[in-house]
Amino acid sequence: MRTKSYIPYLQVAPLAFVFGAFLVVPILTIIVVSFWDYDFARIIPDFVLTNYQELLSSPVTLRTYLNTLRYAAIVWAVTLVIGFTVAYFLAFHVRSDTWQTACFLICTVPFLTSNIIRMISWIPFLGRNGLLNSALLGAGIVNEPLEFLLFSDFAVILAFVHLYTLFMIVPIFNSMMRIDRSLIEAAYDAGARGLQVLVNIIIPLCKPGIAIGSIFVVTLVMGDFITVRFMSGGQSASVGLMMSNAISLMQYPAAAANAVILLALVLLMVGAMMRIVDIRREL
Amino acid sequence: MTKRYGQAIAVDSISLKIPAGTYCCLLGPSGCGKSSTLRMIAGHEDVSDGDILLGNTVVNDLPPARRGTAMMFQNYALFPHLDCVDNVAFSLKMKGVGKTERRARALDMLRLVDMQDYAARLPSQLSGGQQQRVALARALITGPSVLLLDEPLSALDPFLRAKMREELKRLQKELGISFIHVTHSQEEAMALADLVVVMNKGRIEQADTAREVFNHPRTAFVARFIGGHNILQDNGRTISVRADRASLAPPAAGESGFAGTVRAVEYLGSVVHVGVSRAGNGAAEADGFLVAIPENRFFTAPVAPGDPVTVSWKLEDVHVLEE
Repeated sequence: MRTKSYIPYLQVAPLAFVFGAFLVVPILTIIVVSFWDYDFARIIPDFVLTNYQELLSSPVTLRTYLNTLRYAAIVWAVTLVIGFTVAYFLAFHVRSDTWQTACFLICTVPFLTSNIIRMISWIPFLGRNGLLNSALLGAGIVNEPLEFLLFSDFAVILAFVHLYTLFMIVPIFNSMMRIDRSLIEAAYDAGARGLQVLVNIIIPLCKPGIAIGSIFVVTLVMGDFITVRFMSGGQSASVGLMMSNAISLMQYPAAAANAVILLALVLLMVGAMMRIVDIRREL
Repeated sequence: MTKRYGQAIAVDSISLKIPAGTYCCLLGPSGCGKSSTLRMIAGHEDVSDGDILLGNTVVNDLPPARRGTAMMFQNYALFPHLDCVDNVAFSLKMKGVGKTERRARALDMLRLVDMQDYAARLPSQLSGGQQQRVALARALITGPSVLLLDEPLSALDPFLRAKMREELKRLQKELGISFIHVTHSQEEAMALADLVVVMNKGRIEQADTAREVFNHPRTAFVARFIGGHNILQDNGRTISVRADRASLAPPAAGESGFAGTVRAVEYLGSVVHVGVSRAGNGAAEADGFLVAIPENRFFTAPVAPGDPVTVSWKLEDVHVLEE
């Protein structure tokens, strides 16, 4: 008996609907709106390139993008080092399953609160008269409060790392748990020492996990505006913040054009990472 | 080579000397300590007590690679991200041998196991038997004086197993080094080994040539594990009688035997196995008594389950076991 030809279409319809309604339509809307015109109070359906022209010719745009990329690069590097180390410890040094699960749960504890609260809780700690400065002053390590702790790039990156390291730990840990332990024995058998095993066996086999974690961290940092606003105290800019400012001025088309450019850039970065590492093996 | 292994006692004070250039099989049921023994020799498991000597050197505290041993793992443990050449060349890379030299030497090694045509493939693109050859090449490239094999044939299908068995034996003869091969298959051990070491509960039950183990099993455990033996209680002694030495005939002069009933008949091609329960005390010998009869002789006087028969064996075929 032949299956009726429309049955498979029916089967994929729910998922197609969800993707269409919540992903494709919004993105198409953004693209369409990015070509519209606007003035101080309304947006005007049209087809103009001025939004892109203004954006691409402005030195502020370039500076903001470079700053955001800088954040992404630093946060990526720091979360990678911390994430890899924590995952390595969990996967290879914590022997019992119970402890492994317990440690893993501890890693997720920060996620029990919203990320705004997590960010805000840094402020009394890092502030000019905050806990850390009081402690340092009290201990006589510094003579006057450290100014760079809060409302600075340092604070922004610290908050990012705090927020996103788990996104690096989880996929790398997952990759590491899939490494057959006899491979490591075989490497020792062939005369490899600790560092050689790490470089020649563990890191290459963790590449898919590293790539997945990197995609998470990079896309999250590239799109962020709230962390940058809170932690830099308005002194640093990011692409997300730029868009949020445009939206608050009702300049939706300008924000939409910026969103399209950011989306293209992030997709290129993700595409580049997927070219380097085949992550399908892991999924 | 003597070693003891304390806590939880996986291997209990065993002592064994393996002459150079020997094909030695550690044989036993799972959990008998044969794998632990191998891993201690390899250096992947600490020795709790006692010494491992290779030649005249105590190697207890040396890392695996400095012992002159190489190990072939049960699941081959090939590095999935490296092709065959790089897998084989791995230990040379760790020693800092230059790229061209180590690749050339790895290719030579692949040629030895007849895998040169697959040099650029990844392990996942090879069949089980091919992976095994690569694993063998990788172990041999370090120039070990002892090759340790952990159930190397258990993952292969029976046909390939027989073929690899031949190949292992050939390689061992060619290279003239010792192989220590862990297996739970007595057939494999008998086919390969110059020295069969039967282990049970962390102890060595018997270490002898295959023929000696089969003809003169030291204990009832060895006789049972090696197969083809009937173990009986006889005037307070435990004796064994080989299944192929017993026959279905009334005892003549100089023979012993009993009357019983045929319990099962198994046709196995060249031989027919006839299981016999002894009349009266079937419960005492739950195993039953096995008689292996060559096929042509069985069919001159066939028996069927339920038939009354007499089993007999020559007194010279009785082998007394140690308690």
